[in-house]
Formats: sequence, structure tokens, C-alpha cells
Amino acid sequence: MITIENIHKSFDDVQVLKGLDFVFEAGKTNLIIGRSGAGKTVLLKILVGLFKPTEGKVWYDDREFFTLGKEELRQLRMEVGMLFQGNALFDSMTVAENVRFPLDMFSKMTLKEKNIRVDECLSRVSLEGSNDKYPSEISGGMQKRVGIARAIVYKPKYLFCDEPNSGLDPKTSITIDELIKEITIADNITTVINTHDMNSVMEIGQNICFLDKGKIVWKGDRHAVMNSDNENLNSFIFASPFLQRLKDQAKK
Amino acid sequence: MKGLFFHLGRYIAWHKVIYQKTGNFSMFYKEVVRQVYDIGVGSILIVFIISIFIGAVTAQQMYYQLTGTSIPAYYIGYIVRDMAIIELAATFTCLVLAGKVGSNLAAEIGGMRQKEHIDAMEIMGVNTASYLVLPKIIGGLIAIPILVFIAAIVNIGGGYLASVPTGLFTNFDYVKGLRSFFNDYNVVMMFVKSVVFAYIIITVSCYQGYFVKGGNIELGQASTRAVVYSCVLVLVSDYVVAILLTSG
Repeated sequence: MITIENIHKSFDDVQVLKGLDFVFEAGKTNLIIGRSGAGKTVLLKILVGLFKPTEGKVWYDDREFFTLGKEELRQLRMEVGMLFQGNALFDSMTVAENVRFPLDMFSKMTLKEKNIRVDECLSRVSLEGSNDKYPSEISGGMQKRVGIARAIVYKPKYLFCDEPNSGLDPKTSITIDELIKEITIADNITTVINTHDMNSVMEIGQNICFLDKGKIVWKGDRHAVMNSDNENLNSFIFASPFLQRLKDQAKK
Repeated sequence: MKGLFFHLGRYIAWHKVIYQKTGNFSMFYKEVVRQVYDIGVGSILIVFIISIFIGAVTAQQMYYQLTGTSIPAYYIGYIVRDMAIIELAATFTCLVLAGKVGSNLAAEIGGMRQKEHIDAMEIMGVNTASYLVLPKIIGGLIAIPILVFIAAIVNIGGGYLASVPTGLFTNFDYVKGLRSFFNDYNVVMMFVKSVVFAYIIITVSCYQGYFVKGGNIELGQASTRAVVYSCVLVLVSDYVVAILLTSG
């Protein structure tokens, strides 16, 4: 579980986040949704420690992130996996080397043990036999799955996904969403997903916070989205007339 | 002026992070070997070409300057040798490497920053300044002095090729010049310079790439700054090292 308390973040005179409180629950897919510029990426970067909040606290279970010592922080980092919007795969390394990288850096496993773990992770994301390919030789959807395999190779307790569906076709997006949800539930991971993909909201939104102009203006799950009277949320989720009609029909 | 102090302060503070331990030694060792190969083997052809022509031009110019004077011809070999060892091999080689290696390092690390590779490593718990920069520093400190040493030899060979086969003066004169008034302290000076220049080129270029912000235009600008600042600092430090090593 990750808890944020009164998170504020400013860049020079611009206040991006204004006092956010939320609980990202373990074993659930927690979604941060909102319009472009709402502060989703800044919040995600604060959660993983790439930005420091101007004010507020981030708790990883009972550990307050920004007060941890060097060794405690290193330990916590081992429990964190992240899937980047652009995948952040190392171009000069093969798929297997990319997935193995965290193990190569920190584990005391033998090469054989590491390769077994890599094969397990690649098989989990249905990429058996792609070990020796380079990122440039595989599709965008496969690259995402390699990113997921790398993120889970160290058996993380916390998984962060930044726009996991960006640049993917709807069918591949659903596959990626289902994969993330399956891993989250099976391994009881606290998964935080930053997205503005409406399919993801409806398919895997187990715990959602809607961010607008730096504030959380709505909380709930995918079922509550359909019945929400929050105008801001409705205008964001059901932005197109087609989706609005669908919602009206569903209500009827 | 404020910007200068900001970058100077950040550059110095960054060194503290670079020299902290990170990750697995075997990964670090592999990176060092890769850097020695990339910087050393990757630059040897250009260093060879430049050095041979600099030696040739030095010999030709010395011949032109000394012809008709009472200075003996064998002095040309002596001058070519000492100019190569004291100044030309280290300075010219490192100016060329500032262009070739400097821009390459800034672009490589800057590209990793832009593609979120550095963020990915940070989240995994990797000390990226140490993992990405320290192997390059060690690789540069191994490869560049060797390149400078090779450059000095090729430089002297270039002087020979430009003068003896073309009949400017005899093999005997050139070799006699090479063997006259040799001071081994000059070789020490050459290696000290090459180490100082190598450190400047690698750290300044990596600094420019590591802290790059923005898109491709900013990455290009960072690459250019890496080359320009490295060249200027190589020349300034050349003067400072010369004063320190030759005074008293």
C-alpha cells in the first residue's frame, strides 16, 4: 500500500499539485487519471522519488519515502518496478539482457539462475523465444511486454506504469491492461497506473483518483465512474458524443 | 556569471556522487573495457592520420626556418622530437579527441536522459552518475595517454617521412637529432598533460550530456558545448600544467 499525504509540488512560481491525499491499495490496479497538464506525471515522479514534493509525505506501507536513509532507500528501490511510457529499454542490449539488467546490477544470483528468472518473466508476458532480439527488432506491444518483464524481474511489491497504452492499438492495449491486472492480483502488488485511456479505466480501474488542475476531485472505482454526477469527470471520461450516448443508454 | 558559478558548483558536487559505489563490479568492469575499446581503438585511425601530418609539417617548417642559418641540420630531428613530446602529441590529440569523443559521450548520455534510460536506472536503485560516468573516466584515463604516446611516435615518424625520403636532409642528421639532448622529464610532462586533458574531456562532456534538458535541439547544443568547453579547458589547463611543471 502507498499513501500520500498533503502532497504539494511547485516549479518556481507554478503550483502543479495542491494538497493531494490518497491511498493506493495493495493487490489492486490503482489509476491516476486526468487531462494533459493535470499533474499526473508529476505525481507519479514524486511517488517513485524522481521529484521531491514541496510539501507532504509519501508512505510505502510504514516507510516514509523521503526520510529513508541511503541503505533503506536502496532496499526499497529493489521492491519497485516501473514501466515507462517510452519503455526505456536499452537499445544496445538484447531483450534478455534488458530484463536481466536489474539482476546483473544487484543480485548475487549465478548467471544460470538469472537466466532462469529471465525466462520465467518473459514467459509470463508471452515472449518466449525473444531473448536474443534487440528492442528495435520487436513491435511496440512486445516492447511494452519486455518493459513489464523487466519491471517484475525483481519480484516488486510496488509497480508503476506511466501511460502503458500510449502508442498501442486498442487490442494490444487490452492485452497489456489484462497482463498488468493479472500480475497485480496474482502477486499482491500495489500497482499505480497513470493513464488517460478510457478502455483502461473501464477494464482495470479498481481504485481511481481523478486529478484536475493539481487537485484530486473524484475518487472511486470503474463502476462508480458510470454513475458519477461529477461534471468534471463526466466531461473528461465521456468526452465524445458517442461515449455520452453510450452512458445515457447504460443508465436507461 | 551566476550561471558559471551554478555549473561549476554542480560539476564539483556531481563528483561526490560519481565516486560512490554502485551495483555489481562485473557490470562496472565490462563498461570500463567497452570504454577503453570505444575511446582507444575507435580513435586510433584519426589520431594516426593527424599525428603523421603534424610531424611532417613540423619537419618541413623547421627546415624552412633553419635553412641558411648556422644551426646544424640535425637540430631539426631534435626539435621535431621535443615539440611532439612536450606539446603537439598531447595537445593536438586531445583537441581532436575533445571533438570526437566529447561529442559522442555528451550525445550518448544525453540520449539516455531523453529516452528515460537514466530515470529507469535511478528507479532500479542504480547510481547513474557512477555507473555511466566513472567507467568512461577510467576508460579515458587508460586509453587517452596511450593514444598520446602513440601520437608522439607517429609524429616523429611523420617528420622522418616528410624530410629524409624527400631529400630535405639525411637519415643520419634526423636520427642524430632524435638522439640528442633527450630529457626523460619531458615524457613525464607529456603523460601528466594527457591524464589532465583526458579527465577534462570525459567529465566535461559527460556533465553536458547528463544534465541535458529538452529535446533534440538541446541535445545538439549540449554536444556542441561539450566540444567547445573541453577544447577551451584543454588549452587553459595546458598553460597551467606547463607553468607548474616547468617553473622552479
